[in-house]
Amino acid sequence: MSAINLILIALRALERNKLRAFLTMLGIIIGVAAVIAMVAIGEGSKQSIQSQLGNMGSNMITIMPASNVTGGVRVSGSSFQSLTIADVLAIQKNATYVSGVSPVSSTKGQAIYGALNWNTSLQGVAPSYLDIRKLTVNDGISFSDADVATAAKVCLLGQTVINNLFPSGESPVGKVIRLNSIPLQVIGTLAPKGQSSFGQDQDDIILTPYTTVQKRILATIYFQSIYASAVSEGVSDKATDEITEILRTTHRLRPSDENNFQVRTMEELIKTLSSTSSLLTILLTAIAGISLVIGGIGIMNIMYVSVTERTREIGLRMSIGARGIDILLQFLVEAVIISVTGGLIGVVLGITSAKVITLTLGWPTMVSESSIILSFVVCAFTGVFFGYYPAQAASRLDPIEALRYE
Amino acid sequence: MSNGKILELQQIKREFVMGTEIVRALKGVSFDVSAGEFVTIMGSSGSGKTTLLNILGCLDKPTSGNYLLDGINVSSLSRNDLARLRNHKIGFVFQAYNLLPRTSALENVELPLFYNPELSTRERRDRALGALEAVKLADREGHTPSQLSGGQQQRVAIARALVNQPVMILADEATGNLDTRTSYEIMALMQELNQQEGKTIVFVTHEPDIAAFSSRTVMLRDGKVVKDSRNENVRSAKEALAALPPAEDY
Repeated sequence: MSAINLILIALRALERNKLRAFLTMLGIIIGVAAVIAMVAIGEGSKQSIQSQLGNMGSNMITIMPASNVTGGVRVSGSSFQSLTIADVLAIQKNATYVSGVSPVSSTKGQAIYGALNWNTSLQGVAPSYLDIRKLTVNDGISFSDADVATAAKVCLLGQTVINNLFPSGESPVGKVIRLNSIPLQVIGTLAPKGQSSFGQDQDDIILTPYTTVQKRILATIYFQSIYASAVSEGVSDKATDEITEILRTTHRLRPSDENNFQVRTMEELIKTLSSTSSLLTILLTAIAGISLVIGGIGIMNIMYVSVTERTREIGLRMSIGARGIDILLQFLVEAVIISVTGGLIGVVLGITSAKVITLTLGWPTMVSESSIILSFVVCAFTGVFFGYYPAQAASRLDPIEALRYE
Repeated sequence: MSNGKILELQQIKREFVMGTEIVRALKGVSFDVSAGEFVTIMGSSGSGKTTLLNILGCLDKPTSGNYLLDGINVSSLSRNDLARLRNHKIGFVFQAYNLLPRTSALENVELPLFYNPELSTRERRDRALGALEAVKLADREGHTPSQLSGGQQQRVAIARALVNQPVMILADEATGNLDTRTSYEIMALMQELNQQEGKTIVFVTHEPDIAAFSSRTVMLRDGKVVKDSRNENVRSAKEALAALPPAEDY
């Protein structure tokens, strides 16, 4: 029997039971759509994390004090202070793969303007910090190296701080706010960056020269961290090695000593976060995959019922010349048509629902080609696998008994 | 082939094993059927009629003895070869019509041709239309079985039996589900096919009334042929139909 005849026979048989064929298909449709939508959500969140980090500066390198042993006592990184301006200057001078470096000395404080106040984070940084963190000044100007040298009482405000201290919409540039009783003149505003992928408001900051924080507020010579940027993303690793070497020299560590600082690139962070969201994708896919298997079992169930119900038809087909293999192929093709059609509808539905999720819930989604191909192949395979047994049962019927079946 | 033998049965025996017992359904049946004959096979239930029908229809093979259909010895064929033989040489007409539900008359008639790979879509359709015309249902090609009367359904089934141009039409109690008038109509159609188209027809029935329309009757009892007689004055189904009192609702 030719392939066209076979498909025609199967199509006509399905046409006689449209509703049942559709209901059987529904299991596959939902399964495939679920796989595609779930993978799209997983991939979308992965992508958005990556782009957010890229926005933060994916060539960014952070240097922080690390745990160390002081007189036999292991001290955690945050309480151990080892980073000084000497480190910053050494990196600035010697590192070839680093394009910018800035110390960070931060503190929490209450910013006050007129009758309004707002608790925020004050970050003492160098002018190059803006480049490293991909921050831009919206209005006014940034502070200069001269401001750093004189520990000038100037600051840049993030959008959240502006919203809370200047709710009427007046320009804060030129105004003087107070932070922990120290007056700071606003010389510029920062362009909004929105939330980071950690849910942290990146606009809830005040930037000021690091010397201002060190000398006027914290009275320390140490920094919580140093931010640097590699010349490009590709040389992050080399820049990391370079910085490590330089800091080991400035910290006068012997070869046997552990580093008393840690250097991290965003790449590692990106990898960590991506692997977390990959896990999420796998989890969602597994759940969706189960529904696909259930859809397959649905096909098998219906095909079995169909074989029993159509025993006389099978007997008739055999009496007019259908061979066992013709019957087997007919039922198999019916199962495959159901699963493949269901798969196609599922793909369309999956893509549509991913779009709807993005539009209504605002979740980022990314429909990946591999998920479409995979779920489609799986459902075609499901059709063959779950359709084979019932089809074989049909092909083995005795035409005499099948014809007399009531 | 016009006067050749279509069927040759030589000492056909068929035994079934039922648990520990052996049931001998056919105990050596021999007869020939020539091309163009209209034979009825009669017998009460338990006479081996159905077993013989299955063997004649190549649905079953004899335990011993030879059955030649159009010169081909069926006993030596495989299951697939039997299917091919049924497709090419035999047209079945069943008591219960066995039409596919929710399927148009045309598609029902086309069905055997799907298992014949030599035909194109065009030929298939033309032949099916031709067969429907032969049973005078050309105007009902799009009707599904539920939209047709019993007699019309049986005529569709006959068209389906004709469509592959078989050497023999094998009818199994083909009028069993029909009233007298419709039975006569079907028999008139059978006679027409036999006399005008020269179709060989083997008609299994238990009604002597129906047997009267055929040219020859083979009587079976207890797995043996007890009578094989030529019918000298074949009754015309058309005349019988005309003689019936007019039906008020027809």
